[in-house]
Formats: sequence, structure tokens, C-alpha cells
Amino acid sequence: MTNKVSRRTFIQGSATVGVAAAGAGAILTNTEEAWALSTEVLSGDTALSILIMARHLYPHDFLGDQYYAEVVINLDEQAKSDSSLAEKLENGVKDLGQIIAADRTYNVAFKDQSSGLQLKNLKRIDGSDFFETVKGATMAGLYGNPRVAAFFGWEGSSVEHGGYINRGFDDIGWLPNKGGR
Amino acid sequence: MAKTFDKNDDSVVVIIGSGAGGGVLGNELAQKGVNVVCLEAGPRFTLDDIENDWNTMFGRLSWLDSRKGTGDLVAGLPLWVCKTVGGTTVHWAGASLRFMEHEFKAKSAYGNIEGANLLDWPIDLYEMERFYSMAEDKMGTTGTHGIPRLPGNNNFQVMEYGAKALGYKDVHTGNMSINSEPRDGRPGCHQIGFCMAGCAIGAKWSTLYTEIPRAEATGHYEIRPQSMVLKINHNKEGKATGVVYADADGNTHEQKARVVAIAGNSVETPRLLLNSESSMFSDGMANSSGQVGQNFMRHMTGTVYGTMPGAVHWDRGTQMAGIVMDEVKNDPNRGFAGGYYMQTLPGFGLGWYAGNVGNMSADAPGKWGRNYTRDVVENYKNMAGMWLVGEDMPQEKNGVKLHGSEKDSYGLPVPVVNFEDHANDVAMRNHAYKAGSAVYQAGGSQKQYQLSPFPSTHNMGTCRMSANAKDGVCSSTGATHDIPNLFISDGSQFTTGAACNPTLTIVALAIRQAENMTKLLSQNSI
Repeated sequence: MTNKVSRRTFIQGSATVGVAAAGAGAILTNTEEAWALSTEVLSGDTALSILIMARHLYPHDFLGDQYYAEVVINLDEQAKSDSSLAEKLENGVKDLGQIIAADRTYNVAFKDQSSGLQLKNLKRIDGSDFFETVKGATMAGLYGNPRVAAFFGWEGSSVEHGGYINRGFDDIGWLPNKGGR
Repeated sequence: MAKTFDKNDDSVVVIIGSGAGGGVLGNELAQKGVNVVCLEAGPRFTLDDIENDWNTMFGRLSWLDSRKGTGDLVAGLPLWVCKTVGGTTVHWAGASLRFMEHEFKAKSAYGNIEGANLLDWPIDLYEMERFYSMAEDKMGTTGTHGIPRLPGNNNFQVMEYGAKALGYKDVHTGNMSINSEPRDGRPGCHQIGFCMAGCAIGAKWSTLYTEIPRAEATGHYEIRPQSMVLKINHNKEGKATGVVYADADGNTHEQKARVVAIAGNSVETPRLLLNSESSMFSDGMANSSGQVGQNFMRHMTGTVYGTMPGAVHWDRGTQMAGIVMDEVKNDPNRGFAGGYYMQTLPGFGLGWYAGNVGNMSADAPGKWGRNYTRDVVENYKNMAGMWLVGEDMPQEKNGVKLHGSEKDSYGLPVPVVNFEDHANDVAMRNHAYKAGSAVYQAGGSQKQYQLSPFPSTHNMGTCRMSANAKDGVCSSTGATHDIPNLFISDGSQFTTGAACNPTLTIVALAIRQAENMTKLLSQNSI
């Protein structure tokens, strides 16, 4: 993650995450959490939309947007050498801007839709190639991130700490009448 | 140090594969003074290469050459086995159980089951007792030879509590080939928790750091890593004369041989026989029965995760040191033949767990979204887990075939592996799911997930033993019925699968085969 964005970066709208164009890519900033990310390939609209989508897919209230932003960075990195991926993501986000009501179809950018409508739209495209791509990237980028996994009780590599033989491999305390072995 | 042999030396025994079958056979022969060249498709690692990271080690150790799964298998990765010196003994969990007496006589014990290609083994438990005992001593199996059992970790204690509350009696930390105290130059288990990513301290038995270096020390053994065998050659009498293999750079060589023994796991072993077709053997070598590649078994498996009312930290400690043995009996009143075990098994880290529950369990609240993260992911530290493993039915339609057009990087036809559950497998799995869920409920669990089988690690039966040459590929010594100096030396030999993890039986059969082969060599019979 890059943190080279100055405090003067333009923040759009009322959301805590702002977006600004930067060359071919974009810069996302979050003033509350004091982080920013820049993309090289994905547009600001696509980057922010994927961040929002990642949050809808695997929401955890105790996780700041910065961890979801890393999913976007990973995808942008892959898109540098895979133009079909960039195209898939840009088109997928555009499709999410389509709102299909009972008697009409109209367009509102995914990032500007209300949360409930965003969710409804994600359910509409569940299983599509674009959806599975972002879902897989979120799964890997979020839960595969050791700093994130630690919040859930994943303790990571143990051999360098001597394993758990003296660190609680059998420390369960809540079972009644622990059986003899 | 380690000897090297000339490629034209036709006095050597060539062994293909260095895992539980090939690694043990090679050392046993070398200890008896027989010269061995072992050709291993994968690279050689040391303990320093073993890290506590699931993704890294999966990529480093696994057999990832192109394979197709059909039927009930995972299409892109039908098997989870290894391509490395030490084979799948680098990855295995260490559970080392003997067959039950009736499991060597499946046909007699279970009778005629429609669609099942059952057969009695040509050997029985009495014949195998001595070899089981030697295998347990070699591997340092806990609960045998006076070796204490491992202490129970949290995940075991949850299973033990629930199982005993339900009235199960035979519940303990199992017979594990993981040192509970220092033995045979290897340390005791540190409860590290990444057994199946490779044991970083070598407390778990693996041929990588036991059999293979010991064989090398005899001066009768050479192992050539990154040597993928493409074909077995034969003479006009139909005897095996050597093998053709590709080295790390893709250059092909022929190694001459007096005897060829194949131990490439239950897909590569029949695949090599099929790929070795010739004008003399138009259906592949050793295949006069038509049984090469057939009767593929992978065990009835499934997984139950229980959400417990308190923290379990299931990643801590020996992964599979925990077993309930009461359901292994053959009791047709349960609605199926054969039996199964429950064994502890945690979730391989948050990333794999979070994906697998949604993808593999119908009980999950979907695969994503608020309910999924709250119920499944955010309960990670409270999860307990067990694996269900039981006998599955051999079926002719389940097996290994060669793809008609697709080739792998060696230019060989890609193997297509088919497996479809037999009705008996399904009935057993449903019984086991219920029993496993009940164990966790008895410990206070409000929610359980029943996961479908993972990619297969227990692969058996594709070159099975039979008393009669028309029913199978090899005899009770592993010698093929058709070609006396061509042997099957891995789990492909299994006539039926029994309920238990196959490694101990593979090792015991390899010790037995080495005894027999040495005798035949000294008598000049092969």
C-alpha cells in the first residue's frame, strides 16, 4: 500500500473513501483511517466499486477499509500484465450500474447506489465470471492476509516459537469434566 | 557416500517413486545388499525447506501436473498427493492403523453387493501381523512397541468429550507415526500444528529423512530426483528390461534394470503401465486381466466442523492425533457394509476454511455475505473439526484412463480419473455425518457443517492383488501376474480399501515385498 498522497487530495462526496484520477489509474484516500491507495490500471470508479463489492461479499464491521483496499491493489497489480482482467473488471462494474426494475432498466453508478440496492445487484450477478473473480480475489486477499487472519484467531507459523507444546495446545478451559486420557 | 550406478547396469532394481511404498522398498532392499536405483519425479527438499504456510507448501510439494477428475471428484485437482522425494509421506498426517481381520476378506464378509467389484485379498491378517509389527517399529507408531500415545490437543478434547458422552468407548489419540518422545534420531512432537504441510522438525515419519538417507548410507542405493519415468521397456520374452525417463531438463535416458518396481501412487502407477503399451502388450503392460486402472478407491470421506461454545484454537497441535474407533465394525444393521473412523482434522488456516465451508457444505449460509461472515468466518477460533474415513466399494467404472488428445509437459496423455460414489459409500457417509455432528452437539455445539470430500489423499486399488490372474494385476507379493520381474509396490495393490488410512499397510507390504524379492533374486528366479 502506498501512503504518498498529500492531505490536499480531493475527497468526493460524503463517503469516507474519496477518489481522484491520477494518470491512467486513480488514487483512493480515506481520511478517517488515514490511508490511501493508488492504482495504475483500474479507474477510480472501478477501484472504489470493487472495494465496496469486496466489503459486501465478506463484511466484518471490525475491519477498516484499508484491508479491503488491498484486494483492489492486488487486482490492479494482476491487471498490469493481464489486459483481459482489466477489461473484465471495468465491464463488470459497468454492469453493476444497471438497475433492472419491474418495468424498466436504468443506470446509477454502483458506488452511488444505496447499500441495499448494491446487495441486490450483487445477487443478480452471483456466479458470473466477474463476480467469481472478485470473490476469489477478496477471499485470498482478505483471509490470506496474515494481519487480517490474526483478528479471527489464526496464529500463523509456530515452529519458530517452539510449536504449541508449551503454548496452549491443550489449554481448553470450558469443557465440563475434562475426560481422562 | 551415496553410490551412483551406470545407466547400462542391468543388475539393479529400479524403483519408481520414493514415498511410503517405493521409499521403504528401496531401503529394505539396500539394507539386504541389493543394488537399487530410485527414480523420483519430484525435487528433493530438506527440513529447512518446510515452512508453516499452507499455500507455500501446497505449491512446493503437490503433484500439480495436469490431471482431470470426473464423476464426484474435484475436476481440477482430483488427488492431493505429492511430487517430491519422500512422496506423500512428506504430507501425510501420520495415522497408522492396521486392517481389521474381516477387511482382508471383503467379499466373504460383505457378500454380493450390486455394482461392487469385491474380492478377498490373497493374504490375511495373520500373514500380515509380522509385517505390521515391523512397520510400526520402523515408523515409531504410538500405542505400539511400548511407545506412549501423544497428548491430546484442544480439538481432540472436544471430540473426546462428545464421543464419551454419547457412549463411544474406543476414543484416544490414535496410533500415530509421530514421535511422542525422541526416538530413532528424531525429536518428539512439538505440537506445531502443520503436520500436513510437512513436519519442520522431522518428528513425523517420512521416507525423506529416514529410509532414503539410510539406504544411501549402505552404498547400494542411488536416488535420482526430478526423473519422470515415461515408459517401461521389455524384451521379446516379455520381461521388463529397463525404463525410459526424462530428467529435469527434459532429456530422456534409459536405465537398464533386472527388476522394475512401480510405486507412483494409484494414478501414476496404472498410467505408466498403460503408457507402456507395445505390439506385444497392446492394452498396456501387465494388463491381461483388463484390470489395470480399474477399481480406483479413495475411501468414503467427509468432514464435520462444529461451532463450539468456546475457543478451541484447532490449529494448535498434532492435526490427526484423535480417533473414535467404535464405528469401524461391520454391522449391516446400520444400512451399509464395512465401517469408518472419526479422526481429528482442523481447517488448514483461515483462508482455506473460509472458502471450503461455503463451497463444500450445504449447511453453510450461502458462500458470502453478512450471515456467512458472522456464522462461519467470525467463529473461526471456536471451530472443532473431524474427518470421516471409511471403506468404499471397488467399482469397475471408477478408475484411471488416458485422455484421447491432451498431453502433459512430458508429452504423455493426461490421466482422466473417474470416481462415483457407490450407494454403500453414500449410506455410510450419511451415517458418519450424523454421528460426527452428534459428537459436537454433545459438547454444546449449536451448528455443524458437513463438508463433501476433499481431493483424494488415500488412493488405492488400480492394480489390485488377486489370487487368480484374471481378477487382478498382481499376486500377494506385488509381482504382476503377467511379468515376473515387474512389481507393484504402492497402494495400487490394494484389493479392497478397508476403513483405515492406508500408509501402514503400504509400508508393511513393502517390507514383505523386499523379503520376497531378495529371496527370488538370490535364487536367480527373476
